[in-house]
Parts: sequence; C-alpha cells; structure tokens
Amino acid sequence: MSISVRNISKSFKKVQALDQISFEVAQGELFGLIGPDGAGKTTLFRILTTLLVADEGSASVFGFDVIDGMNDIRNSVGYMPGKFSLYQDLTVEENLTFFATIFDTTVAENYHLIEDIYVQIEPFKNRRAGALSGGMKQKLALCCALIHQPKVLFLDEPTTGVDPVSRKEFWEMLKRLQQKGITILVSTPYMDEAALCDRIALIQDGKILDINSPEEIVAKHQHVIYDVKASNPHQLISLLKAYPTAHSVYPFGEYVHYTDQSGEFKQEDLHAYLAHNGLKEIVIQPTPATIEDAFMELAN
Amino acid sequence: MSVRDENIIEVEGLTKAFGDFKAVNEISFVVKRGEIFGFLGANGAGKTTAMKMLIGISTPTSGKAKVAGFDVFTSAEDIKKNIGYMSQKFALYDDLTVRENITFFGGIYGLKRQQIKNKSNQLIEELGLEDVKNQLVGSLPLGWKQKISFSVAMLHEPKIVFLDEPTGGVDPITRRQFWEMIYKAADEGTTIFVTTHYMDEAEYCNRVSIMVNGKIEALDTPQKLKEQFKADNMNDVFLKLARG
Repeated sequence: MSISVRNISKSFKKVQALDQISFEVAQGELFGLIGPDGAGKTTLFRILTTLLVADEGSASVFGFDVIDGMNDIRNSVGYMPGKFSLYQDLTVEENLTFFATIFDTTVAENYHLIEDIYVQIEPFKNRRAGALSGGMKQKLALCCALIHQPKVLFLDEPTTGVDPVSRKEFWEMLKRLQQKGITILVSTPYMDEAALCDRIALIQDGKILDINSPEEIVAKHQHVIYDVKASNPHQLISLLKAYPTAHSVYPFGEYVHYTDQSGEFKQEDLHAYLAHNGLKEIVIQPTPATIEDAFMELAN
Repeated sequence: MSVRDENIIEVEGLTKAFGDFKAVNEISFVVKRGEIFGFLGANGAGKTTAMKMLIGISTPTSGKAKVAGFDVFTSAEDIKKNIGYMSQKFALYDDLTVRENITFFGGIYGLKRQQIKNKSNQLIEELGLEDVKNQLVGSLPLGWKQKISFSVAMLHEPKIVFLDEPTGGVDPITRRQFWEMIYKAADEGTTIFVTTHYMDEAEYCNRVSIMVNGKIEALDTPQKLKEQFKADNMNDVFLKLARG
C-alpha cells in the first residue's frame, strides 16, 4: 500500500475535523478526496505529510509511519497545499531551482517529469511568482512539488477557483503523471472531477460517507432521478418541493433533479400538477445519477 | 420572469489597459433590471478587471459605462452606494459575531440604527441563525458565511448586486440553497451580476457572457449559446470558446 490511514481522528478545540477516518491507497492509484470546504481534507493532508499530529489512530506513507518515519516521508512525497505557498518574490525559475536544491537534486536531473507542464510557463520564467495568473501559479506549484521525483503526490484542492479549461488541462497532466508510476492523492470540491479518479472517498464534516470507484458509487444510488424543466425555473423548484411525495429537489444546470419517495410515482401526475399550477414547456424524463446526486443523498 | 425592459448596466467599448496590455479590450453589453447575468471567462480573461470598473473602484482607460444610472468616470461614489458586492476573498470579518458583522456593514451602508436592528432580526430569522447569532463568523462553515455575506451585501437594498465566485468550494447542497436566494432576490427586482466557475450555475442565469483574452466572445441565453456552439451543456460551450 502506498498510503494507509487507520482510524485517524483530529479535533481543534470544539471542532472535530476528522472522525475515525480509515482508507488505503494502492501504489500508482489516483485517489480522490471529494468534499466541500470544511470537510477535513486539508487536516488529513497535513497529517499525512507529517505537518500535523493526529489525536488518535495511525497512518503510513510508503511504509513509513507519519510519526517515526517523518523524515523519510518528507523526502519521498510531493505536497501542493491548497493555499499558494511558493515564494512570491522569487521568479518562476528561482522557485523551481530553490525546491530542487533543498531536496539535493537539480532541475536538469528531473526535468523529464515536469517538462510538459513547465514548457507552458517557461515563457514567464523571469516573472516573479506573485505576478502570475492563477492557472500559471498552479502549474508552477505542481512543478515544484514534482522536482525531487516524489513517489507520492499530495494535491490539496489544486483546481479550486480555476476555470473549466484549466481544470481539464490539469487533470490531463495528473493522468500523465499517474502513468509515470506516481501515486496521487488529490482533493477537490468539484464533483465532476471525481469521475476522473480510480477510487474516491466522499467526505463531509470529518466523516467518510463512502469509498468506492466513481462508477460503483453512482450505481448504488437508490432513487430514480428525473430531469424536470419548465418555463419558470424558480417557480418550478418551489412547486416540486411542495409536491406531496417529493423526496429531493435540486437544481442541476438546465434541469432540476427530482426524486420521489412513493413507489407509485407517475410522470404524468407530476406533469399534470405542474401544468395545473401554470407552468409551461414542461419536460420530465429519467436521467442517470451523477456523483453529485450520490453525494447529496449521502450527506442529507 | 421579472426581467424588465430597463437597462441597469450599459457598457460600450469599455477598455482597461496596463501599459501595452489590454486586460479589458472594448467590451460592450447591457444588463436589464431584474436580470441574472452570468459573467464567465477563464482565469486571466479580464473578468475581475472589468468588474472593478463596474463597481467604481477602478477607472477605465477608455469607453463608456453606466451602472444604476451613474457614470463610472464621474460618479463612482454614487455607484458604490447603489450596489452590493460580495466575493469569496472579501466577505465578512471573522473576528466579529454574526450580529456585529450585520451591524457594522449596516453602518457602513449608512442605515439608521432602527433600520439596522430591524434588518438584523429579519436576516437572522430568514437564514435560521438564531442559535449562532452571537458566535464569531470565523467559526461558521463556509456555506453559512457565504449566505450571510450575500444577505449583508443586500442590506441597503441595492439595485444591483455583484457576486464574484460566491459559491467556490461550497458544498453541493448549500450551493443550491445559495442560488435559491439569488432567484428570490432577482424575483424581487434586484439585478444579479455573477461570476462562477461552476458551469451548471451558468444555466441558472437569464443571459451569460463569456470573456476570452479581454473581449466578450459570446453573449446570449444559455439555450441559444448551446445551439450556437452545438453543445450539450454550458461546460462544452465554455471549453469550445475558451480553448479557441
């Protein structure tokens, strides 16, 4: 096992940040921690990268215990924190050289690992890191986390606040790194990114809601989900919520996702109800569940 | 829908240059009163620069813009009084309680003591904050903070509220509750100008503009944009446009 977490708990004053968390990540796996801000993802990263000590439980990374093997872990993992943590006053190139030097290596030695990412920011190599755009900062941070050829990569919300285009590119980069044999633990609040992981843990309020492959998590979803659309989306939401057998009502882009608690649900009845209340252009059709549906069902 | 045929934002040829670099390059559009207007674009496309001009804290290099009837060149102070603004970066004071934050921002917006009291009570009740009203804001979950922050930005009943990535990192359920608050405000006639990186949220807007390298490359209803770009959803529209 690349990463092994056993019954880890951590509290800060009154807040239980992690509550009996256990999971394992296999070598070469791309494992996602999926959950909103405040779920405990960062606390878990800090424990696994030996920056924070858990109250209870144990964890190991590449066979090294997070307490006894602290130095070994620090030498063999790359960590990209959620908050931009490079030196703002150093240039792109200086930051990279700095991180290589600390790990007693050179940029040239491991350039093959970062090449296809670095070429995208190379035109700005003399720019101070603080003056880079969000997308470029993220690429530089990834290069700096990779430059000592880590066995495991910890990425804490690398795509938060990043636009869809850069997010897609970033995930393509992760897939290529995975092919080079690097184990990756990545966290994200974007549910659509979960589908790109081998396995995921859904996490909220310090607890794991489920661990499985994205396909399995979606397959376990109990309710039939209906895409519902009508002329006035705001009114539609209110009306669906007031429908006597409604189970859940969530806006989902162009549609509202509706599930019903009754076994005898008929689309025609719902259609008639909405039409009776003045809605027009009503569409109701079954739709497959997504990770986000599964997450909301488990979190509720 | 409550969108009215009255322009609340009018922008024509608006430009902001930093040296040779045009961060915002001659953008033009109008926003109607009561509209939910999605302002999308990749990181670095110029959204924040454009928004700073519209809220009166950055003077344009050239072009014209009127917000709530006031000119961005000559009446920036009037604009500030007539709009609300919230972003994820600047929201509330973590070291003040919920009630203290409301009182503070009410004061900043020039509300009278009695108004602040009434508004506070109303807001605390609507958001179900009775149990936490005397807690420091810093101890609350992000989703709650964002809901309070939105309500605070609406305290002085602004004509327009500017929301800069209001739901980033917020859990999926709270994110949806947040949009229900937006719908409600829009129904009551407030104009919503919102940026987001969640493309499902772009679908909730009446109209959406997409900025690429300082220019507005597309502007229409989500439905029309999907037809125009032969895309199934707004995410595909965005990828097609912003990737060039």
